[in-house]
Amino acid sequence: MASYDTSDIRKGLKVMLDGSPYNVVEFQFIKPGKGAAFTRTKLKNMLTGGVIERNLRSGEKLEPANVETKTMQYLYKEGESFVFMDTSTYDQVHIPDETIGDDANFMPEQIVVEVLFFNERAVGVTLPNFIEQKVMQTDPGFRGDTATGVTKPARISTGATVPVPLFINEGDTIKIDTRTGEYLERVGRA
Amino acid sequence: MRALRGYFAAQGFLEVETPARVFSPGQEVHLEAIPAGHGRHLITSPEYHMKRLVAAGYERIVQVCRCFRAEEAGPFHQPEFTMIEWYRAQGSMEDLMADCEAVIEAAARATKAWPTVPVPANRRGEGGQPVLALDRPFDRRTVRELFRQYADVALRGDESVDEMRGLAARAGCQVADDAAWDDVFYQLFLDRIEPHLGSGRPMFVSDWPLPLGALARKKPGDPLTVERFELYAGGLELANAFGELTDPVEQRARFTEEAALRRQRGRAVYPVDEKLLAALPHMPATCGIALGFDRLLMLVLGASSIRDILAFAHDEA
Repeated sequence: MASYDTSDIRKGLKVMLDGSPYNVVEFQFIKPGKGAAFTRTKLKNMLTGGVIERNLRSGEKLEPANVETKTMQYLYKEGESFVFMDTSTYDQVHIPDETIGDDANFMPEQIVVEVLFFNERAVGVTLPNFIEQKVMQTDPGFRGDTATGVTKPARISTGATVPVPLFINEGDTIKIDTRTGEYLERVGRA
Repeated sequence: MRALRGYFAAQGFLEVETPARVFSPGQEVHLEAIPAGHGRHLITSPEYHMKRLVAAGYERIVQVCRCFRAEEAGPFHQPEFTMIEWYRAQGSMEDLMADCEAVIEAAARATKAWPTVPVPANRRGEGGQPVLALDRPFDRRTVRELFRQYADVALRGDESVDEMRGLAARAGCQVADDAAWDDVFYQLFLDRIEPHLGSGRPMFVSDWPLPLGALARKKPGDPLTVERFELYAGGLELANAFGELTDPVEQRARFTEEAALRRQRGRAVYPVDEKLLAALPHMPATCGIALGFDRLLMLVLGASSIRDILAFAHDEA
């Protein structure tokens, strides 16, 4: 693959640094008096999410990161891995537990996610920001107890537990923010 | 602008004009001049001609003019910008620092920004202050002090490139494979030091290493350091000053060296300015400085981009 030059740097450009793929988050042309031009970049590690800053002198070469995102549907869990299907080619891939990590909490079967591949290997998934899930189990709330901020645990189909307001009943459908794991609103009643 | 002209007039400066199209636009390794036909280029700075005026006996001169530098565009750069450049024969670097403090005060008062200005987020380094105090005196630090404090590097000025690479690696900086001495210096400077400069109050950074002082004289008693300072304020590099080199032999040697570097890096090589070299022996001990007018406006108006203070940016011309 052809390499990039500092003049190719754009937001969203994916490059290799120190053996990891990085996504350019911000960049800025800088030129110290009497010095060469540099590009000040902020880069996000696509594997760990860590953000670093790097000043690259003009003309420095960057290797493109061999990364690709595919839209895939999560089918089912099989042993230690999750099985996904590419929604355009119907190819199936197995992604191990440790790659999915905590995202599994909010990844019900049939959900469509973005899967990130690095050197042809799946390295992570991006869930939709919000999901709607039926409450499988929760204790009944006490009538009249409407103090705000009071919550009780509710279990959803993935097995994860979400703190919900007391008026939520088993069978209700609730909206959850997958980034924070927080209950947002009730979207359907049992 | 009126406030600034008032200051210079009160100080006994003569306002001058020098040619914008010249044969020798400056040999600095990292500046690229814009061709202007008939073997001439647009000036990257009015420095050479103003020095010839100083050599001709004009002791205090100031000029406000457009300068042109190809390949420079960003939030703090435009290929065409306004420079305020002034010279003080018999003057000291300390005099120029006092000029800077007064010029910034005049600009801040004229825009009703005195005595503090806001610093927008994109101009703040890590942990940088959101407000800049402009009252005197500004901070004064040397390059060596800053390297010691922020990069834990004891810089001399005569390190080999390999030695510099070693220092940079130890400080955790990634340097390009083909980096020259000044590239390694600036990698360290930009990575470790520059984000700390001019936060809270403006700072004069003085005593630069010899390889970075093209037209500056060596400091008496310290042959590895040149008399040069840069003014940093609120994330902007505002001004650069030299104790001017007046030795034509040494100046010719440095021109030749820079021409060689330019050739080696595939950059255009401009003719050596023989008229300047001929004038240097007549030049008294002089200090000179260039201050970016657009950035001065950004400073006192709290602008995040140079576009915000221009009626027409270069791509709107």
